[in-house]
Amino acid sequence: MSPTENKAETEPTMTDLHTHATEIHEQFDDQIDVSVEEIEERLDTLVNEYKVPAEEARRSVISSYLDDAGMDREDLGGGGGDGNEQKKAAEVDSPEEWIDMTVKVVDLWEPRSDAVAQVGLLGDETGTIKFTKWSKSELDELEEGKAYDLRNVVTDEYEGRFSVKLNRTTTITEIDEDIEVGDDNLTVEGALVDIQSGSGLIKRCPEDDCTRVLQNGRCNEHGEVEGEFDLRIKGVLDDGEDVTEVIFDKDATEALTGIALEEAKEMAMDALDTSVVADEMREKTLGLYYRVTGPTYGRYLLADETETLTGPVDTEQALIKARSI
Amino acid sequence: MASTPTREVARRVFAREFNDASFTFKESDDERAPVYVLLPTGQRANRIFVVGTLTETEDVGEDSEYWQGRVVDPNGDTFFMYAGQYQPDAASMLRELEPPAYVAVVGKPRTYETDEGDVNVSVRPESITRVDESTRDRWVVETAERTLERVKAFDSEEPDEYVEMAREEYPDLSPETYKRGAVEAIESLDGTANEEQPEPSA
Repeated sequence: MSPTENKAETEPTMTDLHTHATEIHEQFDDQIDVSVEEIEERLDTLVNEYKVPAEEARRSVISSYLDDAGMDREDLGGGGGDGNEQKKAAEVDSPEEWIDMTVKVVDLWEPRSDAVAQVGLLGDETGTIKFTKWSKSELDELEEGKAYDLRNVVTDEYEGRFSVKLNRTTTITEIDEDIEVGDDNLTVEGALVDIQSGSGLIKRCPEDDCTRVLQNGRCNEHGEVEGEFDLRIKGVLDDGEDVTEVIFDKDATEALTGIALEEAKEMAMDALDTSVVADEMREKTLGLYYRVTGPTYGRYLLADETETLTGPVDTEQALIKARSI
Repeated sequence: MASTPTREVARRVFAREFNDASFTFKESDDERAPVYVLLPTGQRANRIFVVGTLTETEDVGEDSEYWQGRVVDPNGDTFFMYAGQYQPDAASMLRELEPPAYVAVVGKPRTYETDEGDVNVSVRPESITRVDESTRDRWVVETAERTLERVKAFDSEEPDEYVEMAREEYPDLSPETYKRGAVEAIESLDGTANEEQPEPSA
């Protein structure tokens, strides 16, 4: 890497400052008479002479103009004071957006890498979202169960699942408020119309923190490994209007099919083939109606509770409805 | 949910309407684009889900096995399904099942034009499983409800493109027929619904 590139990573470039200046100018457009160049010059002084981080410089410049104009931060265009949109956990639906959130720390997980200072779940009344806080950002510790105003977090996406990243420019303000975290469980009813490949008796990579499903005895990350047996179903529920892909983990699969892991291993051993397990599962479950409840993960519904819909159906209700049409 | 899976929904339709669905179309010129049959009540279907009584199976193949299955709905109308070497699981189910039996079938609509110029509609099964009577009853009510919803949408003041297509392609078919069939199908369950149901075999 060349020295210039290195510099660009740690210090804002002139282009960055120009962008900030333009945005600030837009926010004050009608209120005060100041040019983009003037704003950029003030930013430049703060950043390059006083070595203030760009985000802080921006705050400082905005503050001084607010004073000049006799305005409050709330009066600014964009609402968030620094132009970000305030978003709820369930509203995050695209990557690389700069947003503000008011959230409670629901869960903290063990970071897998030294680059990550904290990782876990944030929640508000709409649901939960994963967050990552980088070590190099040197931010305050978040505490589980406490609520915070977070400004300037960036959204990210991996396989359809959204998260937020706390970065160098993020500000963390603890607030004295209890946030009721919403239940983002989904309940879906329908007929099980497909059990997809990768279901039944599978093998997972035994490496620490790696649970990848092996393909022909190989893990994508760790190569050839001695896998550990597990049960899983990737199924499709269909109600004639919509389809929902559902993942049943070991416990849910055992409950759904009545086939326990040990039994599945024996079946596979007898047949010298693991695919007999999925075949048997198909025979027992395809075409039946289920009600499944659980959290969503990307496009998948993770089955927490599964109920088989059997027993009499309410024909009377259906007839009343039918005759009314 | 976050993203829409591209998997095609399995439509619920009784045999009378399904067998009338002789018009097929694609949404794009792409060779691999899905083929839809147009249901006469104005909905496209690239997959259906059927639960009914398997009344007869027969190997109608000449050189290799080609199984025909007849699945009857409560109106007494028949879904015809065909499974050969490219549907090994469904073919072996048709080979092994002893009619009569309640079966659940997920499959793709197929049309075939006879020498006389008639269009036969059949099902190419993706899966066939044995189910119990309560699952059949649930399917009948669900399918009646879906059918009635389609009939209602068909009569709407602001029809969608598939309703308009159906009005154009099936000038001689009346959705009233399918509405009557749906009501009769529910009525056929009425009276038995409150009796004791057999325990599910699965």
